[in-house]
Amino acid sequence: MSHSSKSPWLIHYDASSCNGCDIEVLACLTPMYDVERFGIINTGNPKHADIFLVTGSVNDQNIKVVQQIYEQMREPKVVIACGVCACSGGIFKECYNTLGGVDMAIPVDVYAPGCAVRPEAIIDAVVKGLGILEQKRAALDAAKSKKKEA
Amino acid sequence: MAKQTIIPFGPQHPVLPEPVHLDLVVEDETVVQAIPRIGFVHRGLEKLVEKKDYTQFVFVTERICGICSFGHSLGYSQTIEHLMGIEVPPRAEYLRVILHELSRVHSHLLWLGLGADAFGFENLFMQCWRIRERVLDIFEKTTGGRVVLSACNVGGTLYDIDDETLKGICATLDVVRREYDAILGAFLNDYSVRSRLEGVGYLSQQQARDLSIVGPFARASNVNNDVRCLRQGGYAYLESFEPIMSDGGDCLARVIVRAKEVYQSIDIIKELAAKIPAGPVMNAPKGKPAAGTQASMRLEQPRGECYYYAKGNGSMFLERMRIRTPTSQNLGGLVVALAGCDLADVPNIVLTIDPCISCTER
Ligand code: SF4
Repeated sequence: MSHSSKSPWLIHYDASSCNGCDIEVLACLTPMYDVERFGIINTGNPKHADIFLVTGSVNDQNIKVVQQIYEQMREPKVVIACGVCACSGGIFKECYNTLGGVDMAIPVDVYAPGCAVRPEAIIDAVVKGLGILEQKRAALDAAKSKKKEA
Repeated sequence: MAKQTIIPFGPQHPVLPEPVHLDLVVEDETVVQAIPRIGFVHRGLEKLVEKKDYTQFVFVTERICGICSFGHSLGYSQTIEHLMGIEVPPRAEYLRVILHELSRVHSHLLWLGLGADAFGFENLFMQCWRIRERVLDIFEKTTGGRVVLSACNVGGTLYDIDDETLKGICATLDVVRREYDAILGAFLNDYSVRSRLEGVGYLSQQQARDLSIVGPFARASNVNNDVRCLRQGGYAYLESFEPIMSDGGDCLARVIVRAKEVYQSIDIIKELAAKIPAGPVMNAPKGKPAAGTQASMRLEQPRGECYYYAKGNGSMFLERMRIRTPTSQNLGGLVVALAGCDLADVPNIVLTIDPCISCTER
């Protein structure tokens, strides 16, 4: 594992969550769970981020915002859906203004269930995301060296 | 005249945990006007009453907002109890107020932390959230959830908290108070903090009244609209209740009001925990809300008065459910408080109204 992949930077966006999952994402960063000790930093800039944490389901208004943030992020990148809302629409699935989970808008790599999602589950998902990030990086590297050979 | 420029603020912005969009019309560094745009979090929960029956809907109301989650389930339950004439056992009334005030402590600590983050005091943010975890531990121990508690339903509470645990809660709150004492000075006396807050984002008493501002935002402008003064539900058992007021009208006053409310809530919990009566905690509802019946209810949420209205139609499903949340009232005040401020103070002022967008849009 290359050293750079161990300390991913996160960006968090609240699609249409109830806040429950958002404050749990923030709780991960504060002293009780403190993921910052692993160098995991919450950034506001999509181009700085490796991992995209999305909470809440998507609707017609915010689907574009979610896609925009995703597109601005540089490769390799990993998307984590936090909470059942983000996974599938959850309790809001039947609402008239909800399209469904985040995978309606962008490809999702890791699903972290729970309503609200527990900080432990988020941390687990990020660790899982690290592995995926590494695979994606390896794939990119392989593609690059192939190009060089050719 | 300087040239006017429009700067978009949000929906994705580092200081905002939630998406709200503001178009800031600025002249040099001064904000002339702020135009809010919302709608990113709208889910249409009021309409969901057509698909979830009245006992299930309480779990939907809890998810209107994850911060004042318990308050929403409480307000909804009280409305339906009015609608159907259900008597709530006294022990449940006590427990409800205890859990609701614990939610206020957690909500205010959360807010004080975010506020500190907005004026650039990262350490204080961390300290507030560290203390807040103690309250969440109480939630987890008593109801199993950290954020969404699912403890309240129509007719009472779903769980009892035994007297031993209540004593433990009071002991934990003593620790919270001690730790809170230690950090509060930074909010109230630190001169850099004061210089960021004093005189910033002013809202006069008259403006607060005209715009029907609610909650700590209004109380900081010396308008008392604390619904707890009406002594509904478990609040009737309190010896006395005095709302916390300030006449500052600026960001500092809002911080002070909320900071003091934490102590007040701790006192309320301890008073009620000491004299809670024994007995059942649930009087399960029977039947359906009759056609044409209507009921309304007001509740003091951490962010201010929340209004609930329900109408029955003779089936398990309600005809209409209406919830007017505190932030939808307070956005009007925010626009006024923002006009004329420095661009760098915008995050600060936005946060001092303690906005809850997912409540507002439902
Ligand atoms: S999963 Fe639950 S807690 Fe999280 S945003 Fe959805 S409703 Fe709220």
